[in-house]
Amino acid sequence: MRKLFASNGLRALVHLGAWLPLALIIADYARDALTANPIQAILTRTGKASLVLLVLSFACTPLHTLLGWHAVLRVRRALGLYGFGYALLHVATFVVLDYGLDLELIAQVVVEKYYIIAGVAAFGLLLPLALTSTRGWQRRLKQRWRVVHRLVYLAMPLAVLHFMLLVKSLLGHPEPLVWAGVVSILLALRIPIVRRRASQLQHRLRHALRRTAALEPGSVFRS
Amino acid sequence: MQPLTEMPPIRSSEITPEHVYFSRRRVLRLGMLALGSAALAACVPTTPTAQEAPGMIPRLNKRDEFGDPVNRWEEITNYNNFYEFSTDKEAVARLAQGFQTTPWTITVDGLVRNPKTYDLDDLRKFGEEERIYRLRCVEGWSMVIPWLGFPLHKLLREVEPTAQARYVRFVSAFVPEQMPGTRLLPLYPWPYTEGLRLDEAMHDLTLLVTGVYGRPLPPQNGAPVRLAVPWKYGFKSIKSIVRIELVAEQPATLWNTVAPHEYGFYSNVNPNKPHPRWSQATERRIGELGRRRTLMFNGYAQVAPLYEGMDLMQNY
Repeated sequence: MRKLFASNGLRALVHLGAWLPLALIIADYARDALTANPIQAILTRTGKASLVLLVLSFACTPLHTLLGWHAVLRVRRALGLYGFGYALLHVATFVVLDYGLDLELIAQVVVEKYYIIAGVAAFGLLLPLALTSTRGWQRRLKQRWRVVHRLVYLAMPLAVLHFMLLVKSLLGHPEPLVWAGVVSILLALRIPIVRRRASQLQHRLRHALRRTAALEPGSVFRS
Repeated sequence: MQPLTEMPPIRSSEITPEHVYFSRRRVLRLGMLALGSAALAACVPTTPTAQEAPGMIPRLNKRDEFGDPVNRWEEITNYNNFYEFSTDKEAVARLAQGFQTTPWTITVDGLVRNPKTYDLDDLRKFGEEERIYRLRCVEGWSMVIPWLGFPLHKLLREVEPTAQARYVRFVSAFVPEQMPGTRLLPLYPWPYTEGLRLDEAMHDLTLLVTGVYGRPLPPQNGAPVRLAVPWKYGFKSIKSIVRIELVAEQPATLWNTVAPHEYGFYSNVNPNKPHPRWSQATERRIGELGRRRTLMFNGYAQVAPLYEGMDLMQNY
């Protein structure tokens, strides 16, 4: 188990897991199990896969700084790129399968539907991140690379907003609220003061745990 | 009801290829349903058609007045919005399977001269005709559905609304122990209620539905009696009706109560009036790729006189 969460095992898990949603969509399509509304099913499932992978990627940095889990930094980029890949499939499904490349219709709904505006904005913000994700771009942009990649702080809330706006009623479909909570926490953990406090708390907890572990077993009674 | 043997011949191009038809999931589902209905049949008297495995029902070769074919039985009975059972359209059919629809009564009261409680046998006297209607969901998808039923005005005439009656209020069954969705959505103002203006309810297009596809209505489609108001968004066509009340004031409806600015009382299909958060200009016809432009009143232009002089952008 410990090994699994170390670098190589984790990487294998990420690469296998990230292809799974696509494999399942294709398998369900092949056996005609994509519901009576297959375009909707593909849109929903690519969108959900994208959100999950992006949130996982977004969680890597806090997981590292707060828990000292180093291995996650080595899957952060892969998770983000897979997340973007599903977003790309999602957009392609919308433009090609759903709207049959009818640009006039697409232009009309993009301005009319708020949730599409949020989705398009999130996608547009993620695009430069995906394009500049290579080592080469990292070297070329130097300090500016970090600035560019802060766009994710805008892209993540927009992606969740996109989800919140498209459900019929949040009362009946509270799931987007859960994602909003998760993304808010992950954003908050990046605020310097919150990060410092959380880090201190974590160190104190770890210390306390270590002390109790050292005292046990029976050590309490020895004094 | 039209016997299947007398159906017009189906062109081979319209028959779903066998490999698609007998996909694994369907066969599995079929097996489970067959087992389930066999077990049910042992203790509950049911009509012969209710015992047939639904996966085997061939596509009807019928079209609406625009020439568009009716949807497949699988589509109509496996993609349902019925929040009392689940918000997952694919899960409703399974969760609604055991729903008890016998005995069933519909109480018609309020501002009427002859209040009356009808059981299902009483409704037979109003006859049963087939109407092929488009159903446009507020979520942006649509189907063509061959309903069986009778115009609501036949029933309303019998109870004789008084001069004070101006609206009709409909109430769905609310049976939490059989409706898992209501337990997951405790904040909704159950039971589901809907409403029509009296002249809308009296319109010949407004159908009280007792069957679909030449068969009794399955639970997921609103058994045993539901409404079909084809020029309005699907949620106005209330399911599993237990009460019809004639009232003087515009009644509260579930969706209008939950989100008044998003789901108006009238909720006529209107491509020019977007939902506050999404467009209603187009729709996805189930079974088709791509999109269609949504038609005013869902293509039922004959209802336009009902709204003469009304601003439909305000009264949405």
